[in-house]
Amino acid sequence: MKKYLKSFLLVLFALGCFVTTQAQDVAANANIDVMRSNGKIYVVMAVVATIVTGLFLYVYSIDKKISKLENK
Amino acid sequence: MIRKAWWKWVAFLLLFYTSIYGFIVKVPKLDDRLEHSIRNMFFHVPMWFAMMILLFVSVWYAAKYLRTTSPIDDFYSKAFAATGTLYGFLGLSTGAIWANYQWGSPWSGDPKQNGAAIAMLIYLAYFVLRGSMTDEDKRSRIASVYNIFAFFMLFPTLWILPRLTESLHPGGQGSEGNPGINGKDMDANMRSVFYPAVIGWTLLGVWVSTLKIRYELLKAK
Repeated sequence: MKKYLKSFLLVLFALGCFVTTQAQDVAANANIDVMRSNGKIYVVMAVVATIVTGLFLYVYSIDKKISKLENK
Repeated sequence: MIRKAWWKWVAFLLLFYTSIYGFIVKVPKLDDRLEHSIRNMFFHVPMWFAMMILLFVSVWYAAKYLRTTSPIDDFYSKAFAATGTLYGFLGLSTGAIWANYQWGSPWSGDPKQNGAAIAMLIYLAYFVLRGSMTDEDKRSRIASVYNIFAFFMLFPTLWILPRLTESLHPGGQGSEGNPGINGKDMDANMRSVFYPAVIGWTLLGVWVSTLKIRYELLKAK
């Protein structure tokens, strides 16, 4: 159950990001927000930060599973 | 709950910091082609640093195995060698991406590239060697001996030979400087991202290695 909750939250988060960007597209006609400045380098930053976070979540979940097995 | 969690949090925080601040920090303009790709210093170079540390831990446990012949030492040695080799391949492929835009082609036979590729092949042979033997004691012992050989092959392939010839890597003219990075090119700002990145990637490598070790220990039970 907990597993599904996590996936659900992740999907929700992704949807949230998507909706926010869509909304920003409409709102910001000029290149004024941070994400679009400097040749959109901050988009790459967000991507890398997401990958690092996801990687750590994955390793964390494996660690937890192994710990559970060890405690058996 | 996961085991001994604090340094795992440190690893996450350092890498998160790197992946954010690595894009924001002001970098010096070193030459006209490099531009912002110098930020790869925060991602490509730590792969090699972390690889060397992990492979050193691996050879340490290989030598320890030969003294103790405890299978646990062999689990350590194998796991750290695997993670170190993975980092090496990540270093090679990220280097190829960078080289494509900086030197014009992903592989230009640069002495440092060739040396790193040879070192990786030597470490791949370590796993082939392990896989070729079924007797556990024999496998562990021969693999440990080979591991020591493989580690000492890193010296000529990564540190000596690239220094003797012209290299595209910075500082590789003749025998001047380090053919991997040139310390003088990094200002204090860059160091403040680079070293946390090295520590972060190393800790992540240690974490993944310990997971492999714990898995092997569970399997051995």
